Amino acid sequence: MARNVSTQRKIVVTVVAWTIGILIFFPILWTFLTSFKTEAEAIASPPSLFFFDWTTENYHEVQSRSNYFLHFMNSVVVSFGSTLIGLIIAIPSAWAMAFSPTKRTKDVLMWMLSTKMMPSVGVLVPMYLMFRNTGLLDTRTGLVIVLTLINLPIIIWMLYTYFKEIPGEILEAARMDGASLSKEIIYVLTPMAIPGIASTLLLNIILAWNEAFWTLNLSAAKAAPLTAFIASYSSPEGLFYAKLSAASTMAIAPILILGWFSQKQLVRGLTFGAVK
Amino acid sequence: MATLHTRSAARLMIAPSVLLLLAWMIVPLAMTIYFSFLRYNLLMPGMEEFAGFSNYSYFLTDPAFFQALFNTLAIVLGVLFITVVGGIALALLLDQPMFGQGIVRILVIAPFLIMPTVAALVWKNMFMNPVNGLFAWIAKLFGLQPFDFLANAPLMSVILIVAWQWLPFATLILLTALQSLDEEQKEAAQMDGAGAFSRFIYLVLPHLSRAITVVILIQTIFLLSVFAEILVTTNGGPGTQSTNLTFLVYAQALLQFDVGGASAGGIIAVILANIVAFFLMRMIGKTLEA
Repeated sequence: MARNVSTQRKIVVTVVAWTIGILIFFPILWTFLTSFKTEAEAIASPPSLFFFDWTTENYHEVQSRSNYFLHFMNSVVVSFGSTLIGLIIAIPSAWAMAFSPTKRTKDVLMWMLSTKMMPSVGVLVPMYLMFRNTGLLDTRTGLVIVLTLINLPIIIWMLYTYFKEIPGEILEAARMDGASLSKEIIYVLTPMAIPGIASTLLLNIILAWNEAFWTLNLSAAKAAPLTAFIASYSSPEGLFYAKLSAASTMAIAPILILGWFSQKQLVRGLTFGAVK
Repeated sequence: MATLHTRSAARLMIAPSVLLLLAWMIVPLAMTIYFSFLRYNLLMPGMEEFAGFSNYSYFLTDPAFFQALFNTLAIVLGVLFITVVGGIALALLLDQPMFGQGIVRILVIAPFLIMPTVAALVWKNMFMNPVNGLFAWIAKLFGLQPFDFLANAPLMSVILIVAWQWLPFATLILLTALQSLDEEQKEAAQMDGAGAFSRFIYLVLPHLSRAITVVILIQTIFLLSVFAEILVTTNGGPGTQSTNLTFLVYAQALLQFDVGGASAGGIIAVILANIVAFFLMRMIGKTLEA
């Protein structure tokens, strides 16, 4: 039964919702617009919303001044690297727990999740010292290691909830037909699990890309991903709003687009399957 | 049908994750506990000595600690209040039929996907700056004196920025929960003459209670360790007015090089987080059984 909704009401709701939506989105829109202004226009009063001389100069400036590309690549390597390694470690574990559960499976899962609850600052000191003593400080390898570890519980949990939804009978049928364990994984499970794995991959790239505790504390000029690079704009060094905006726009655009494509998975991943 | 063969294979497959997480959980934490009982400053290497509980008593009698504890709670509670109330309102709004619902959703979700350093710097410079910020311009439009947010209300400003980032999270989860509410139930209530308000109180809110709990618990875990937003906006100041526990430990460790003191602070933060985690784990544990 279709609900009777008067057109008038629908229009009011539309106007209110759009207004609030645009207000919430406004800082991002404003950053985007400012990135195409000159520094003088960026702080002009009254500010101009659309009617200014659009320029892409800031984007060139950001690259030539600070080797933006290096930091961008650091972000790419660290977020993709940590996510892929995490998946390689997590897929067998999640598979085993989903399809051959034992009495302790639930406890193991809960324990894994509990490692995520430990505040990073509780282990900041030893991590910093260990990294310093092993030369991992300010290296991509070091950041990949830490981000893999902090996101591993989420990866396992997400995969587990997805794998749980795959009917176990199919695996048994394959087993009856004489498929070995490795064949079972490659030919039966993997194709069915691809959507879940893809969602997990997506969410974790987002989380790793935006991670801003370890990246800020364990990296400097060489391995700094965009989170840490952008933070260097916090020191007041004159007029820099337009350049900050250009650097920011490039830093957030890829993840914004990825995130919009994976709205549903966001909810599921971030609540550890508690809300679907 | 778990045969002996698959069971041992299963164990083998779980082993790497378990071992890695076990190492990650035990090794650094044990080191933090060990350091917390030492007098150990990086500026004076080789001078480490056992210090008993003096790091803890130093931390627990430091006025900055209580300020940080208060600020941590203020950030958690302030952001929770804004995001839960705002999230419920927004979720109810977005659940209504409208034109372009998908696009509004995309607009509302966006702040959650922005990296913390970008979000904080954009707010700090382009909105809250007392000279060039948009808020200053708006104030001047109305003939008011521009307000220096980060100097005069640093904690409130941080709360505002963090709330902007987390509002989408609450909205998204509450909206998802709202959409699973049975349409027929709502209609039945409507036919029985329940008004919009009583439908909200007796039907919608109870249905959302689980999702609200999840939002509160998960956000609390993250909000206890807000860091980047403070680092790039106020740097904990003025004084320690916007220093939270995470930032205090960071400053003690990497600015003052006091390994012992920072470790004691870290352990205190771990204990606090564990109290919250305990309740969250029970919540999630229940869903595993379902």
